[in-house]
Amino acid sequence: MSDFVSDFWSIWITVIVVVGILGVGALLFSQSKTTLKKGEQVQTMGHVWDGDLEEYNNPLPRWWMGMFYLTIFFGIGYLALYPGLGKWAGLRGWTSVGQYKEERSQAEAKYQPLYDKYLKQDVKAVAADKEAQEMGKRLFQTYCIQCHGSDARGAKGFPNLTDNDWLYGGSPEQILQTLNGGRQGQMPAFGAAFGEEKVKDVANYVMSLSGKKHDAERAGRGKETFSTVCAACHGPDGKGNQAMGAPNLTDNIWLYGGTEKTIIETITNGRANQMPAWKDFLGDGKVHLLTAYVWGLSNNKAAAQ
Amino acid sequence: METQSTYNYKVVRQFAVMTVIWGIVGMLVGVIIAAQLVWPDLNFGPWLHFGRLRPLHTNAVIFAFGGCALFATSYYVVQRTCQVRLFAEKLAAFTFWGWQLVIVLAAVTLPLGFTSGKEYAELEWPIDLLITVIWVAYAIVFFGTIAVRKVKHIYVANWFYGAFILTVALLHIVNSLEIPVSLTKSYSVYAGAVDAMVQWWYGHNAVGFFLTAAFLGMMYYFVPKQAGRPVFSYRLSVVHFWALIFTYMWAGPHHLHYTALPDWTQSLGMVFSLILLAPSWGGMINGIMTLSGAWHKLRTDPVLKFLVVSLSFYGMSTFEGPMMSIKTVNALSHFTDWTVGHVHSGALGWVGFISIGSIYYLLPRLFGREQMHSMKLVEAHFWLATVGVVLYIAALWISGVMQGLMWRALNPDGTLTYSFAEVVKATYPYHFVRLLGGVFYLTGMLLMAYNMFRTIAIGRPVVAEIPAVAHAH
Repeated sequence: MSDFVSDFWSIWITVIVVVGILGVGALLFSQSKTTLKKGEQVQTMGHVWDGDLEEYNNPLPRWWMGMFYLTIFFGIGYLALYPGLGKWAGLRGWTSVGQYKEERSQAEAKYQPLYDKYLKQDVKAVAADKEAQEMGKRLFQTYCIQCHGSDARGAKGFPNLTDNDWLYGGSPEQILQTLNGGRQGQMPAFGAAFGEEKVKDVANYVMSLSGKKHDAERAGRGKETFSTVCAACHGPDGKGNQAMGAPNLTDNIWLYGGTEKTIIETITNGRANQMPAWKDFLGDGKVHLLTAYVWGLSNNKAAAQ
Repeated sequence: METQSTYNYKVVRQFAVMTVIWGIVGMLVGVIIAAQLVWPDLNFGPWLHFGRLRPLHTNAVIFAFGGCALFATSYYVVQRTCQVRLFAEKLAAFTFWGWQLVIVLAAVTLPLGFTSGKEYAELEWPIDLLITVIWVAYAIVFFGTIAVRKVKHIYVANWFYGAFILTVALLHIVNSLEIPVSLTKSYSVYAGAVDAMVQWWYGHNAVGFFLTAAFLGMMYYFVPKQAGRPVFSYRLSVVHFWALIFTYMWAGPHHLHYTALPDWTQSLGMVFSLILLAPSWGGMINGIMTLSGAWHKLRTDPVLKFLVVSLSFYGMSTFEGPMMSIKTVNALSHFTDWTVGHVHSGALGWVGFISIGSIYYLLPRLFGREQMHSMKLVEAHFWLATVGVVLYIAALWISGVMQGLMWRALNPDGTLTYSFAEVVKATYPYHFVRLLGGVFYLTGMLLMAYNMFRTIAIGRPVVAEIPAVAHAH
């Protein structure tokens, strides 16, 4: 697509650039002929300001003029070779998009085979391959640590990948699916539907599920609400449902925190979470290596080091 | 007694004193944010967080310290080289109090989080309007004084000051066009790449006209005065003046290399940045060559040292700038500490030194003394500041190039060799040295303040008679 809505602007840019550069050159040229003859004393301009401010009128230093002309000629040459004069594409036909595409395709040609060769092996075999694990770790350090941390132990809202607790399942196939398509975690907000008291009751019941200290009376009341509402996703026993990414509430592993305050916050306002999809961005070869690396983190003690 | 036959030194004195005060404030904030980069625990609450103090630092040093220095010197220079009292003095007084109000408003609103989000133009729309009014008043005072001058020719310093005043008005108004949604919030009328381009057209010309052309004006008066020598070449001043003010206008896009800005715009930004090298150096040559025949004075005169060393830093940063605008160099330097080091070799080395030297020239003359209270302290200030700048820029050169190289380093499998945090960790020692450089520079400013107040205490405000114009021609 052209950068210009009409030819006028292209011509306008070209004209002011050409006139500008040539004008600067002409200005320099017009003042460049004067030289001091051998032994000639330079004179002041004859004007005096503020008592003693005067000006000599020395000729322009020759090395300085040379440098000035050089930059002007460079500018003219560059604008002939590269885009700059409006629509003029430049003799080299260079574009930044073209350079990007070329560098990418060069990189892909060079690096893609290194990754693709592991596609033939299954995830567990790749996880056992030392070199593949190192490559996987580097990919992880580039693309994943922003959320999951450089130790892969996650942070509030970002799952720990080194334990055996999985929101969407920890089999190689499930991890691959998570990486390829991403995940949308959605806990609805119940603050308005339940009211403050009921939220607190449910929170205490949830705390009881993992054996945390809780208010037994509230937990008793909360259980009823849990089994009619929350159980739909988290299951009647609170053990969660990996098909929809509903966390297990009985294992004392908390994505957002397990204090009464945070659980109340979660139930009241809900939670929305997103794992991005990587298939299109990284391609199958890299995703495969990452799958093996992430699977290895919790299934391969050596790889977790 | 102050009459029409005397120069108006009052407003010059006010601005000169505030230059030192705001210099200390702005540089102190700079030292604080440099410390925050070394020890992130120093970010206290939202108000004293790096993100809010950084624009306070830039605004304070550029517009408060630099601005006051420019007001002080331009009012002094334009009167003395036109041999006439300031035109519209009440407006001149208004520019002083108005400018101080702008600075105080900036110091309050920026930490509170009111910002338009435009770099070096963060102040919100009511303050933008106030700045516009003050700037128009400034233009009336300055050009009015030129218009009623008693000397036929306009001295070269005034060309530069004049170009600065006109262009900053244009830059400020065009870049600050915004739609207010409340008293404290507005949105730019531009969007996307156009907004970015307008922002950097403004940003780079703020460097070109506020921090370069205007301070060249300062240079063209104080260097020949302090050296006691005529300016090297009138011809050179004509060529480099016109080439500089024309070419600077085009250089902005080099801040947006490899972005969504169209390729042709990026190319033009780079080409004109390179052409800018010679016009920039014209000023340095004219300043340094003015000293020929007076070099021996450098041994004994610390004020002249400030002025001459400022020109060396000016030459260095105006060489570095065009080099960094070359796309392949920029691909390495962009977003690294190198940029910050480059800016500070210009800001501390050029703008700071020329202002400090000029204010040291002015203070005794404004307060009726032969020289500053202590020339030893001026000498100490010079060395503290020099060591400070060198520590600062050397640390950030190393750190910047290291960052650039670490960011682009690849493993044999094409992945990045270093994670971002590893690069951050590697910069710690350099950021500490940079902090040290800042502390040196700030300490020098504190000596200057002490010296200034002692000079004022033993002096008294001068009423300078305007001499009769010599009609030699």
